[in-house]
Amino acid sequence: MTNALIKTENLSVEFPLGGGLFNKRTLKAVDNVSIEIPQGAFVGVVGESGSGKTTLGRALLNAVPITSGSASYDDGEEQFDLTKMSATDLKAYRRRAQLIFQDPYAALSPRMTVRDIIAEPLDVMGLTASREETDARVREIAGKCRLNLEHLRRYPHAFSGGQRQRISIARALACNPRFVVADECVAALDVSIQADILNLLKSLQRDMGLTFMFISHDLSVVAHTCDFVVVMYHGKIVESAPTRELFAAPKQDYTKRLLDAIPSLDPDHRMRA
Amino acid sequence: MSLIDVENLSVQFKTDEGLITAVEDVSFSLAPGEVLGLVGESGSGKSVTAKSLMKLNPPNAIYAPESRIDLHLDSGPVDVMALKRPRDMEIVRGGAVSMIFQEPMASFAPAITIGKQMVEQLLIHTDLSKKQAKDLSIEMLDRVGILEPAARFNQYAFELSGGMRQRAMIAMALSTKPKLLIADEPTTALDVTIQAQVLDLMKDLVAEFGMGIVFITHDLSVVAQTADRVAVMYLGRIMESGPVREVIRHPAHAYTRGLLNALPKLDDLDAPLTPIPGDIPSPLERPSGCVFHPRNPELKPGSRYETERPPLTEVSPGHFAAIFPEDVPGQS
Repeated sequence: MTNALIKTENLSVEFPLGGGLFNKRTLKAVDNVSIEIPQGAFVGVVGESGSGKTTLGRALLNAVPITSGSASYDDGEEQFDLTKMSATDLKAYRRRAQLIFQDPYAALSPRMTVRDIIAEPLDVMGLTASREETDARVREIAGKCRLNLEHLRRYPHAFSGGQRQRISIARALACNPRFVVADECVAALDVSIQADILNLLKSLQRDMGLTFMFISHDLSVVAHTCDFVVVMYHGKIVESAPTRELFAAPKQDYTKRLLDAIPSLDPDHRMRA
Repeated sequence: MSLIDVENLSVQFKTDEGLITAVEDVSFSLAPGEVLGLVGESGSGKSVTAKSLMKLNPPNAIYAPESRIDLHLDSGPVDVMALKRPRDMEIVRGGAVSMIFQEPMASFAPAITIGKQMVEQLLIHTDLSKKQAKDLSIEMLDRVGILEPAARFNQYAFELSGGMRQRAMIAMALSTKPKLLIADEPTTALDVTIQAQVLDLMKDLVAEFGMGIVFITHDLSVVAQTADRVAVMYLGRIMESGPVREVIRHPAHAYTRGLLNALPKLDDLDAPLTPIPGDIPSPLERPSGCVFHPRNPELKPGSRYETERPPLTEVSPGHFAAIFPEDVPGQS
């Protein structure tokens, strides 16, 4: 058994739905989820809208409050109990766990240069001692994300969708995190660019020893990128298995239904829902 | 006899930064009961092409004088390009031509019930009475698989789920019995299980009503599942067109091959994902010759494609690609 970086037991996240003082109604977005993410894994979380996949990712980043259950992070050097985080803990945890967003157009401030966008987390967290050190770190991570170093002084509007997503990946990885949640990070990209970003994430994972939680509604993308897949439905984990196993022989009816609904590229295999 | 003939359609947009070419020399025909897939990435001009069929492009659009769009209806031919007054355009806007959009939430008025919107357009486009229009609308909601159609008729768009809303949109678009349906990414915002249902529904309705569909999508798998013929667009031009089986099995253009190689395939998880090199160029820096040449990894420097625009060459019956005749696969 490899060391689990992230471990949850019966994790639930509920949101209040209004109602009165005595009949409070809540929505269970994540419902008793127990999951272990080993160090260095590339775990895909799939599900349809409302399945709770995004909320689960946010809970593991401590970005939404956990209602019940346990959740912990342990990379061998630092440990966090995600249900009891002080402000200091949270600051330290942000250095270890980061998020890559879906929309590379909305995620980048139009008024900051690419250099400043990537440097901001370093400045905020006080990770570098001087401007020279920050610059060196920005150039290093920008290079790893295959950004043209001559473009660091430009503003985001000068870049295409694929290049912007590389910028937001560089920003997320600038502080050298161990755990990265990528939430639908290729959903807004054209297919020719999607392939490039997926290849980049895989190579960054190997080079930097990252652990990825890759949230997506697109099963073909997950099949190609992840080594382990978790299927969610209505806040619960329906099935989880190594990717090949899950796609070759899904055990649960819901997983089968989901796999059957993927349109085939073969015009002679037209199926009916 | 074709339902619609598009010939040499070119559309430019006047912007503050200059003239932008969105569609260039696009020609295609569609027969009744046929589904044509229009595939392309962002900026390929697929939506502008579709909107031209209804003259729905914004006022800064300039149609080249040689552009022709001819619609052949039972009542006689319609020269769409010549339509000027809003009154004349009713025939292509909800009458003989209907359109469904990607985001049904944005297409329904939020403060008017779905039923009222369905009845309103029927009163404009048909001779039905209000009562008949209501009955037909409820019947159409039922036909697209909406449960309790009479109750849904009185609801607002926000009260329906995404899949239901898209079904209601389809019911509304089809209630005027259009000859031509334009579907612009109708399933892109939907979950896969709902997408499969909506695609089935559209196929059933083609079979039942015999209308022609122009199906716009970025997703080649969706095209493989629905279309009879496909046209692959890039930067406003058709790169390749033909029977869907031919184009997907034997792509003749490097761009089509690039799209297929970039696509994750479920039947071969070991296949590497190969991105198309480079980025889609800015519309202000339109490449010369073949618009795809700067990203085409198969070309040698100094090739004809850098300066000369390749014609649409027939590579097999009904299958055309924008390549020079000497590059037709299987010839040497």
